[in-house]
Amino acid sequence: MSDKRTGAQILCEALIQNGVDTMFGLPGGAIMPFYHAMWEYRSELRHILCRHEQGAGHAAEGFARSTGRIGVCIGTSGPGTTNLVTPIADAWMDSTPMLAICGQVSSAVLGKDAFQETDITGITMPITKHNYLIKRVEDIAYAVKEAIFIATTGRPGPVLIDITKDALQASIVPDYSKKIFLPGYRPTYQGSKKQVKAALDLMLQSKKPVMMIGNGVMMANASDEVMAFAERYQIPVITTLHGLGAFPQDHPLSLGMPGMHGWVHANRAIQESDFLLNIGGRFDDRVTGKASTFAPNASIVHVDIDPSEIGKNIEVDVPIVGDAKLVLLSLLEEEPEEAKVTQFHQVAADWLVYVRELQAKHQHKQQYLNRPDTSVMMPHDVYAVLTKEMNERGNYRVVTDVGQHQMWAAQLLDWYRPRTHITSGGAGTMGFAMPAALGVAVAHPEDTVWVVCGDGGFQMTNQEMIVVVQENIKNIKIAIINNGFLGMVRQWQELFEGKRYSGTPLTSPNFQMLAEAYGWTGITVESGDQIEAAVQQAYATDGPVLIDFRVEREVNVFPMVPQNKSIGEMITE
Amino acid sequence: MKTHILVVLMQDHPGVLNRAVSMFRRRGYNIASLAVGHTETAGVSRMTVVVESDHVEQVVKQLYRLVEVLKVSDVTDDPTVEREMALVKLHVPSQQRAEIVALAEVFGAKIVDVSVTAMVIEMTGGPAKVDNFIDMVRPFGIKEMMRTGRIAMVRGARGHSGADLVDTGWQNDVAGAASAAAQ
Repeated sequence: MSDKRTGAQILCEALIQNGVDTMFGLPGGAIMPFYHAMWEYRSELRHILCRHEQGAGHAAEGFARSTGRIGVCIGTSGPGTTNLVTPIADAWMDSTPMLAICGQVSSAVLGKDAFQETDITGITMPITKHNYLIKRVEDIAYAVKEAIFIATTGRPGPVLIDITKDALQASIVPDYSKKIFLPGYRPTYQGSKKQVKAALDLMLQSKKPVMMIGNGVMMANASDEVMAFAERYQIPVITTLHGLGAFPQDHPLSLGMPGMHGWVHANRAIQESDFLLNIGGRFDDRVTGKASTFAPNASIVHVDIDPSEIGKNIEVDVPIVGDAKLVLLSLLEEEPEEAKVTQFHQVAADWLVYVRELQAKHQHKQQYLNRPDTSVMMPHDVYAVLTKEMNERGNYRVVTDVGQHQMWAAQLLDWYRPRTHITSGGAGTMGFAMPAALGVAVAHPEDTVWVVCGDGGFQMTNQEMIVVVQENIKNIKIAIINNGFLGMVRQWQELFEGKRYSGTPLTSPNFQMLAEAYGWTGITVESGDQIEAAVQQAYATDGPVLIDFRVEREVNVFPMVPQNKSIGEMITE
Repeated sequence: MKTHILVVLMQDHPGVLNRAVSMFRRRGYNIASLAVGHTETAGVSRMTVVVESDHVEQVVKQLYRLVEVLKVSDVTDDPTVEREMALVKLHVPSQQRAEIVALAEVFGAKIVDVSVTAMVIEMTGGPAKVDNFIDMVRPFGIKEMMRTGRIAMVRGARGHSGADLVDTGWQNDVAGAASAAAQ
């Protein structure tokens, strides 16, 4: 009798055994047995009570993306789990290892439209890497093990386990020893040597090579290998939105971000290149612009751990299926003739000089960060101060939401370390930043976590501010780039729809007072000369701080590639 | 668009057909025919799907992304035996009975039910032959008809057994996989 455990206890023990120590969630009827049990395990299994399951899901994402470990979120049956759908979809699009644990009504009433019954496995089938409906206590321990294995290996992604209440309540003697049996799941880690050699041969014949790195590099922890390879062959490196920080942007070979709001020189380098090595990027349409016009002269090598990404959006010359780190190590093991390499260095150097000349001719961040006239508070001026202060103090991570402020942050802040730039890329989920920052701050108490966010997205999930207070988290600072509009939509309306600002002007509460109501320090900044003092005050305050930057309202993010245009055709004003 | 015949071996789990079909729907792949059933190997289901696509490689790769999918083969250009079955209920006055019996015999179809004014015929064959038979009997007046999806098997000794796929499915634990990835 004493060896018996309830399903809920088994769930706790299985989570601990598989490396989980932090979870974000909310209780409710069907999931109550789990909450009852987790009290016993609270020293090993920290539960953070969020205010909305969407917040719990994004917090789990922030935790996962900033650490590379599994992020765990919990919701009860029905609305508790449907509220998790947005973060699950977000984790799916950005390949984030996440485990969603859902309570389900008892198996006896399953399928009978019981109170708070929702078919969450059916709903999430297209947006999870895998999901489970567990109706027997015997299946819980193994499902947790398999789910975390699937979520964290190969191309990571969200996995959902839906467990009926009676399975959580029933008791058995648990067996944690069952080995994982997945005959249909065999991710390829090691790239084909033959393909690696072909890729390198192709590269050494090229005269205008570029390397583009994406989220795959981040997830494989392959930054050192990217650096070693780029330096060995002196190739310029372009970092996608999710690659920011995987290669230090002050490095002489760094070209920064490409795509819709990338830099002109980075896009032109891609368009004029004759060789493009894409490691761990999925050729998203925000990167490629009109796909048929992307890198028209380049031979393309695509390294991805997910074979389905290769050839999906862009035809490639040399596909390599494998883990970014292992493929880079294989590339580094190759020893081409030194004469060839020396010759390649020379052409690559000439090419880089050419790209840098392009950069000097076009808008770049320094122009935005050093504006001569600061009588009007432009958003850029806020970023200029944030950049300076963050660099001076170090140890920062930045979580951005979705929209104009997100693109400005990607462009204007400095990214040196992997996993310091956390954002919703593929799904573009407004409301991501505040709760995701909660997860980042919990995982990295030693760092200052900045939320850079718009006034629109912030109002979607700002209820999670109180969780920061309840959990006594002090290392979160919020900068709201408040322009009184849903800014990115307004920008498109201005540029492409004759300034018909339909549904975009936005009234906000007094954010300073809101912050104070939540027990935060709130600051309002209304002119450019107050920015620096506000950011310094935020750093000096031992606790969470919100700064409401009331910036110039109608400002656009440039450069920009209009939708369905080539990335060679950027508009700059 | 080109028509492809895919043979898909999957773990026989609840919901696996749903996963496959849902993937076809959301990615806009057009299913012309689908048949699923058990195989010689316990725990393995086999799906024959006829899909119209100019990007069949993507269809195959997306199927492989499903954790329970074991093996996907495009057998379009392989020598295969393909079969469909149709049950056809015809309106048959007694004076036409003999004519229909003769027609069924030519096609190798079986008459499985006879009543005063109707007949049910079971027609099994390749898709073209089944089409052809239906065209021939249509003038008699089809009251009801039901066709199965196509099933296909490659000729010769080579094939698509599930047995060797499931015997080797044991994985390292999470820690083992993580260290393998890190090396």
